[in-house]
Amino acid sequence: MEAKILRAPSLPRPTGTVATLHRPWLIAALVAGLVLTVLLSVGVGAVAISPVEVLAILGHSLGLTDAIDETKTVILTTIRLPRVCLGLLIGAGLAVAGAAMQGLFRNPLADPGLIGISSGASLAAVGMIVLEVTVFQKLTGLLGYYALSLVAFGGACGTALLVYRLARVAGRSVVTTMLLAGIAINALAGALTGLLTYTATDEQLRTITFWALGSLGGASWTTVLTLLPFIMVVVLGLPRLAKSLNLLALGESQAVMLGVNITGLKRRIIVLATLAVGSSVAVAGMIGFVGLVIPHLIRLVAGSDHRRVLIGSALGGAIVLTAADALARTIVAPAELPIGILTALLGTPVFLWMLINERTTT
Amino acid sequence: MLQASHVSYTIASRTLLNDVSFHARAGELLAIVGPNGAGKSTLLKLCAREMAPASGSIDVLGKPLRGYAGEQLALFRGMLHQQNTLTFPFRVGELVLMGRYPHYGAYPAAADYAIAEAALDTVGMRPFSNRIVSTLSGGEQQRVQLARVLAQIWDVPDGLLLLDEPTTGLDLLHQHQLLDVARQMARRGYAVVAVLHDLNMAAQYADQILMLRNGRREAYGTPRTVLTAPLVERVFGLPVQLLDNPCHHCPLIVPIPIFQPAFSHYSSNT
Repeated sequence: MEAKILRAPSLPRPTGTVATLHRPWLIAALVAGLVLTVLLSVGVGAVAISPVEVLAILGHSLGLTDAIDETKTVILTTIRLPRVCLGLLIGAGLAVAGAAMQGLFRNPLADPGLIGISSGASLAAVGMIVLEVTVFQKLTGLLGYYALSLVAFGGACGTALLVYRLARVAGRSVVTTMLLAGIAINALAGALTGLLTYTATDEQLRTITFWALGSLGGASWTTVLTLLPFIMVVVLGLPRLAKSLNLLALGESQAVMLGVNITGLKRRIIVLATLAVGSSVAVAGMIGFVGLVIPHLIRLVAGSDHRRVLIGSALGGAIVLTAADALARTIVAPAELPIGILTALLGTPVFLWMLINERTTT
Repeated sequence: MLQASHVSYTIASRTLLNDVSFHARAGELLAIVGPNGAGKSTLLKLCAREMAPASGSIDVLGKPLRGYAGEQLALFRGMLHQQNTLTFPFRVGELVLMGRYPHYGAYPAAADYAIAEAALDTVGMRPFSNRIVSTLSGGEQQRVQLARVLAQIWDVPDGLLLLDEPTTGLDLLHQHQLLDVARQMARRGYAVVAVLHDLNMAAQYADQILMLRNGRREAYGTPRTVLTAPLVERVFGLPVQLLDNPCHHCPLIVPIPIFQPAFSHYSSNT
C-alpha cells in the first residue's frame, strides 16, 4: 500500500477554457430592462406621466423632492403602481415556475399546466361562480372579493397534489407517470369545467370568460401584499435548486450519483411551482405562455445553466408581463384587453419561431 | 475498498444475481465480464447504490454502503453509465464542471476549474470545452461524460470509479485510451470496477476479472486464472483458443469460427 501514489497529480492554474459564463451581461441587462419597463408602464394610460414625473413623485413620497401634481400622485400610487407591481410579481412567478418545471420534466416544452395547476384552479373558480353553494356564499361573505382567489388557489394545490400522489409508485414518483396523470387530470378537470359552464347563466358565463382570459384589473396594494410572500418564497427558493436541476438534466440515475435527493427535489419543485402558479392564477386568472416562452428565450441567450435560467426567467417574466399589461390597458382604451389574450397573441408567434428555428439548427 | 459478500438481487421473482462475492481493492482495476444478461450492469448498479441488494452486503471502506448519505458518496464514488443523455444544450465545460458540484457550494473555486480542465485533457476533449454537448459525436459525448465522472473524484484519496461498458461507441484508439485512463486511476490508488465486453481488453488492462453467467459467479481472479479456454467456452458458448499475446504479458483469446450453414448456428448448441 505504501508504494502507491495516493494523490492526484498537482494541478496547473486554470487557463479559463472551462470558465465559460455565456453572455454574462444578460442578468444586468434584464435588471436595467425591468427598471425601464416599470418606469414607462406606470406612465402610460389615460393620464400620461413622464418618467421624470414618476421619479419626482417617488422622490416626494420619500421626502426628497417637492410635491408635484396631486392628481398624478394619486393615480400613480393608488392605481398604476400596485398594478405594475402585481404584473411584475405574477410575471416573475409564472416564468420561474415554468423554467423549473421544464427542468424537472427534462423537457423544454413543459409548462406548469402539465401537472394540472391551471386546470384545477379553473375548475374550482368556475365551480364557485356557477354553483353558488352555501359554503361558497359563506366564504364570499367572509372574504368578499378574495374568496374566488382563495378557492382557485385551493383548486390548484388540490390537483397538483392529486397528480403527484397518482404518480407515486412504490414510494418513488416517476416523472413520465406524473406527465400522464397530469394529462388525465387535466382532461377530467376540463370536462367538469365544461359541464359547469354548460349549466351557467349568461351572467355567470361572462364572469367565467373574463376570469379565464386573465386580467390584472383587480390590482390593489392588498392583492400585491397578499401575493408578495408567495412569489418571494418561490423566486428566492427555486434558484437554490438550480444546481440540482442542472444535474437532473443528466438523467435521474446520474443525478443520484452526484448526490441529488431526487424525491426531495421533485417535491420541492412541485410545491414551489404550485405556490407561484396557483397564487398567480387565483389573483389574475389564466395567463398563458409566459411560463413556457420566457424560460425558452432566456436559454437561447444565456445557455442552459439553471442558475442563470431561473433568475433570468424571473426577471424576463416580470418585464414581459408588465409590458404586456401596459399594452393591454392602452391599445383599446378606455376599455381593457384581457392580458391572457395578449400574451397568447404575442407568445404564439415567438414560440413557433423558436420551434422552427430549433428544427433548422439541430 | 469495496467488498461485496453473497450479494443477490431479485426483481419480480426473477433472480438477476445469486450469491456473488468479490473485493475491489484500492489500486486495482476489476473487470466484470460475462454474456448478455449475466447481471453485470445490475451488479455495478448495486455497487453504486442505485439499487439495494435483496440479500448479502456491500461494504465500502469498511462501512455498509447503505450507511452512507447520498451527498457523502458523491464525494468519492463516480459512475459512468451505459446510456447518457443530456436534456438541455449545455456546453462541454459546464457538463464537466457538474462533476464538481458535490464539492462546492454556490461558486466553483479555481481548483474546480483546474480539475475540470485536467479531466478534459485526460480524455483529449479540452479543445471542445466551448461546444454544445449535443453537437458532438456519440463517442466524443461519451468521453466528455467520462471527464465529468473523473472530475467528480479527481482529488479524493480513496476514490471508487465504476464504469458500465465504458468503451461502447468509442473507436479503437479511444477504447484503449479510456481503459488506460481507468488503469492510471487505479494506479493512483482508486478502486476501479468496469463492466467490459471485450475479453481481450479485459485481459490486457484488468488486474482482476469477475466472470458472471446467469447471475452467478463463474470465476474470479487474475486474467491468467480466469481466462481459460474451457471456461470461456462454457460461459460464452463459443469455442476459443488461447494464445500468448505477443505484445503484452497476458492471454489472447481467439474465437474458433464455427463453419456451419448460415443461420443454423442460432439453434445449435456447440
